[in-house]
Amino acid sequence: MTEKIISIENLVKRFPVGEGEFTALDNVNLSFEKGEFAGIVGPSGSGKTTLLNILGSLDSPTEGKAIVMGKDVTNLSHKESAWLRNMHIGFVFQVYNLLPVYTVFENIEFSLILQKRSASERRKAVMEALDWVGLADMANKKPSKLSGGEGQRVAIARAMVKRPELVLADEPTANLDAMNAHAIIQTMKELNKELNTTFLFSTHDEKVMTYLDRMIHLEDGKVVKDEKVYC
Amino acid sequence: MIKFIFKAIIRDKNRSLLPVIIISIGVFLTIALSGYLSGVLGDMLDQTAKFDTGHVKVMSRAYAENKDQMPNDLALMGVGELTESLEREYPNYIWVNRIRFGGLIDAPNSMGGSKGQGPASGIAIDLFSSSGDEVNRMNIKNALVDGALPTKSMEILIGHEFAKKMALNIGDEITYMGTTMNGSMCFGSFTISGTLSFGVVAMDKGMIIADISDVRRLLDMDDAAGEILGFSRDEHYYDEKVALVEKAFNEKYLDSKDEFAPIMLRLKEQNNMGSYLDYVNSFSSLFVIIFVIVMSIVLWNTGLIGGLRRYKEFGIRLALGEDKGHIFRSLIYEATLIGIIGSIVGTLLGVIFTFYLQTHGIDISDMTTDATMMMSTVLRSKFTPKLLYIGFIPGVFAMVLGNMLSGLGIYKRETATLFKELEV
Repeated sequence: MTEKIISIENLVKRFPVGEGEFTALDNVNLSFEKGEFAGIVGPSGSGKTTLLNILGSLDSPTEGKAIVMGKDVTNLSHKESAWLRNMHIGFVFQVYNLLPVYTVFENIEFSLILQKRSASERRKAVMEALDWVGLADMANKKPSKLSGGEGQRVAIARAMVKRPELVLADEPTANLDAMNAHAIIQTMKELNKELNTTFLFSTHDEKVMTYLDRMIHLEDGKVVKDEKVYC
Repeated sequence: MIKFIFKAIIRDKNRSLLPVIIISIGVFLTIALSGYLSGVLGDMLDQTAKFDTGHVKVMSRAYAENKDQMPNDLALMGVGELTESLEREYPNYIWVNRIRFGGLIDAPNSMGGSKGQGPASGIAIDLFSSSGDEVNRMNIKNALVDGALPTKSMEILIGHEFAKKMALNIGDEITYMGTTMNGSMCFGSFTISGTLSFGVVAMDKGMIIADISDVRRLLDMDDAAGEILGFSRDEHYYDEKVALVEKAFNEKYLDSKDEFAPIMLRLKEQNNMGSYLDYVNSFSSLFVIIFVIVMSIVLWNTGLIGGLRRYKEFGIRLALGEDKGHIFRSLIYEATLIGIIGSIVGTLLGVIFTFYLQTHGIDISDMTTDATMMMSTVLRSKFTPKLLYIGFIPGVFAMVLGNMLSGLGIYKRETATLFKELEV
């Protein structure tokens, strides 16, 4: 039996809207195992990003519990949740969100600096991560000089450099053309197989769905379908 | 992490250029104005030193206790040897002898009677030295209203108002009646070679300047002087340095009970100059405080705008696992680095400006119709070692304070709100 990496129980998230409330997540119960390549799919406003934010300890639920790698993310202090993100969770965003004043190398290196690794360790890890995504010759370039696909691959390298157990990818292909979108997802699939990293996507892109092993359908904050897909 | 922060400061002009410019300007102004204040207000101090107190003054103890009365019966004896010894031990100072004296002036008329009499107070200085030190120091040439400097023995200079009051002209003879050092009466005839504007009403109406050799002969003060004044060769008064000289000199006579033993007093201890000096220093400090406050407010706003622009960056860093406290501290490090860079630039500019103004000054002689002994016609700044670091107080502190205030926004916002900056 594979190790359970995420466990979500009765998760509810409400946002105040004017005088009322908007329910983004409504009693969500899910679990994910190590090495899964899964996606949370649904239309805009279905609660996909909110769920990812809670799992990444960047937001807190209104009710319920979420255990990520043995830690209840709903009860962590700022420092503990920062530590969890730094050591165990990688993020890939829709717009790759690289720090513009730093080079590709320095962007990827940043989380290793937070881990207080030595310069030689950092160099080795960053070059390895760049090799994974096929961009070893781009180390000294600035993000402004990268194409969309290249930027997103750097973002993947940044997320993967610390070899996290979990990568949360929020609409990673939304700003890419079809060719780049396929390339990005294939890269992530290879990393998933090679490093046994759990990938959890939030997406409504069918190109991404074709690669997923499992799809959880969200509608109005509720899980309406949870299906294993074999590609 | 410091290296990472430094790279961003150098590469991101938006983050650093404007704050550096603001800090440089503020620090420059702080230093330039502090130097100018020290110079101009110090100039008034300087005039007092040149005319009255010296940077240090050596008197007999008894004379010092009664110096307002100019008690020449309590004057220093053997001043030749004492002056030589001072020149040997403290070669960084110029030592001059002076005698202050008082008496009555009588102006004879053509019939042999008196056309006027009046009390006079006098200063005896070395008018005939080849270097012209005392003449230059007291700005006598520029203060001449009528006539010329004395060129021979028994010629004097007199206050212009005094001459007018007594209906005296250049070349007229006057008789001085006074008391010698030993207490006996003395009379002396002097010729008026010129009149002066002293710049102080009381002096203009009753002051005379004579050569010290003439006064020594008249008052029986051979190898004696009421005061030996010391002036720093760089012409600047540094209280801490002078205090050391004062202490070293006075220690030699600490155990002496002789009331004629010499005592040295520095400028700060004479004529309430202590409070005046403290006032100048307080003013300088007040300037620094005002600039810190003003610059903090400006930099707070600059920091706020910059901070708002950077919330997306903070969101990325939070996602990568940096905690809020670490982000806040990095803002402080950034502010410190930017503050130091700006302060270095501002200090450099301020010091160059101060040195320039100290060397060349601003000549206001065209703006002043009458020069006097008491007023300098060239306004100068004064460089002090303090100027090398006082700029850093507003420069670094204001920047750090401004960034701290703007960085509080990181704590006020929920992590999710900062992170939402990343969402499209």
